[in-house]
Amino acid sequence: MATMKNEIDFLLHLADNALIIGHRNSEWCGHGPILEQDIAITNIALDYIGQARNFYQHAAQLINQHPTDITINQTGNNMVLPATEDSLAYLRDVREFKNLLITEIPNGDWAYTTLRLYLLSEFELQLFTQLLQHTDAQVAAIAEKSIKEVSYHVKWSQDWVLRLGDGTEESKQRMQVAIEAIWAYTGELFIQPDYATAACLNYAAIQAAWNKKVSAVFEEAGLNIPSKTFVQKGGPDGMHTEHLGYILAEMQYLQRAYPNSEW
Amino acid sequence: MEQAFEQIFQDKIDREVRIEPKDWMPEKYRQTLIRQISQHAHSEIIGMLPEGNWITRAPSLRRKAILIAKVQDEAGHGLYLYSAAETLGISRDQMYDQLHTGKAKYSSIFNYPTLSWADMGVVGWLVDGAAIMNQVPLCRSSFGPYARAMVRVCKEESFHQRQGFEILYVLSKGTEAQRKMAQDAINRWWWPSLMMFGPKDDESPNSIQSMKWKIKRFSNDELRQKFVDVCAEQVKVLGFTLPDKDLKWNEERGHYDFGPINWDEFWQVVQGNGPCNKERLDARKKAWEEGAWVRDAALAYANKKAKQKQVAA
Ligand SMILES: [Fe+2]
Ligand SMILES: [Fe+2]
Ligand SMILES: [Fe+2]
Repeated sequence: MATMKNEIDFLLHLADNALIIGHRNSEWCGHGPILEQDIAITNIALDYIGQARNFYQHAAQLINQHPTDITINQTGNNMVLPATEDSLAYLRDVREFKNLLITEIPNGDWAYTTLRLYLLSEFELQLFTQLLQHTDAQVAAIAEKSIKEVSYHVKWSQDWVLRLGDGTEESKQRMQVAIEAIWAYTGELFIQPDYATAACLNYAAIQAAWNKKVSAVFEEAGLNIPSKTFVQKGGPDGMHTEHLGYILAEMQYLQRAYPNSEW
Repeated sequence: MEQAFEQIFQDKIDREVRIEPKDWMPEKYRQTLIRQISQHAHSEIIGMLPEGNWITRAPSLRRKAILIAKVQDEAGHGLYLYSAAETLGISRDQMYDQLHTGKAKYSSIFNYPTLSWADMGVVGWLVDGAAIMNQVPLCRSSFGPYARAMVRVCKEESFHQRQGFEILYVLSKGTEAQRKMAQDAINRWWWPSLMMFGPKDDESPNSIQSMKWKIKRFSNDELRQKFVDVCAEQVKVLGFTLPDKDLKWNEERGHYDFGPINWDEFWQVVQGNGPCNKERLDARKKAWEEGAWVRDAALAYANKKAKQKQVAA
């Protein structure tokens, strides 16, 4: 059933987004600029790992119920069955990951990290709000739980965009540099993946709401939205930057080096 | 006059009445506590690094989540402890400065590298375990803010210890390679863990005064012995061994005998020559220095907002 494969792919897309941005944010742990903020970003990383687990677990459940729909993935390898949250996170390779490119680009400085999180979580807030209407009650339930966390991420990261945008000359400049660098990855947020076929989804509406909120925050912060609008895309279809391979090499190393082990 | 205060102070201590920040206290008591609490805070913060080292490589999502939460707890411990020390009249920035310039020490255990996943188990079991042994008595420290901070800290540390033990338990039931990984980690961490209790009693000059002030309740050697006795039993549950050929139950003493500690190694690490002293301190300094512009911006922004509020009012 094509719709089942679509739902599974879409769940993997959401799970991969959460896992990869969680990984990036967790890289700050122990290295943050302020102890309280180190705790905050680590906590955000933990939220994302939790979301990833929820989405992977649900995807695994559907995969195991409908194995013939999806066992052959894009690169032609057989997916490991039965699927688990860990087989999905640790035993797929770069071309099978469906995360947005914005989640995998390196952290850069604190301006880059907080701006990226802000732009992404405004998107997630809109997306998850639509998913509350998903016909699969499990997806709606995960979305509901995630919205609580994402609302806090929006607030926390927005505060940083304002603080840095309207802080010192240096912070403003760093924030502007970050905007120039990240902007090319924002267009991808609004390209509806082919497998995002759930009736509740409306990417045009997500984009409109996102534009409105982001412009308002940028204006308050005194930051400029770049005029050039080239869009880097491909993540949701498995076409990634070179960075993702390194993330996976690191993340998956134990599972790959010691296959079939319990941890 | 001073003597009378001193008398009242010691009297309170003897009656187990907590000393609070506003109470009179001997300058030496204040300084000793600042040193002890700030070292402890620094240890929590530096301690985030060896375990943080494995967050991105944790072998399952569940383990990853537990590890992130644990390292975050350690940051929280640092936070309470810095706050407790601040009540004694030193600022967090001053304490950081002492850390970064090498004036303040932190627990030497964190100058050892975490080389395998099993280290996450052993650090929880032995390092958090030794920390608990040291810290439970501090919940009764004569200084109120420290004692209260330690109650929260100890609760979480015992979680950490159980989680660490559980990591090792799973490895012990795992493949040959996993068992080897775990035994190797135990071998590397055992002796440094014993050193966490500090020098032998006869070489620990500050201890007697600290005991009298009840900011220390048991001697280093007493606590070390207690730790050895507990671990010697727990390691049997795992089916691993502790790397000490002299470890043997002594019926007469009612304790385990154990082999000599390499105190030369201990002092080398204390003096900065451990395998990771430089990395650990450099990582903290880098975070601090690269964070300067962020802190400046946050401050400038807060000032701007406060001014705007004033104007508006
Ligand atoms: Fe600790
Ligand atoms: Fe701790
Ligand atoms: Fe701990």
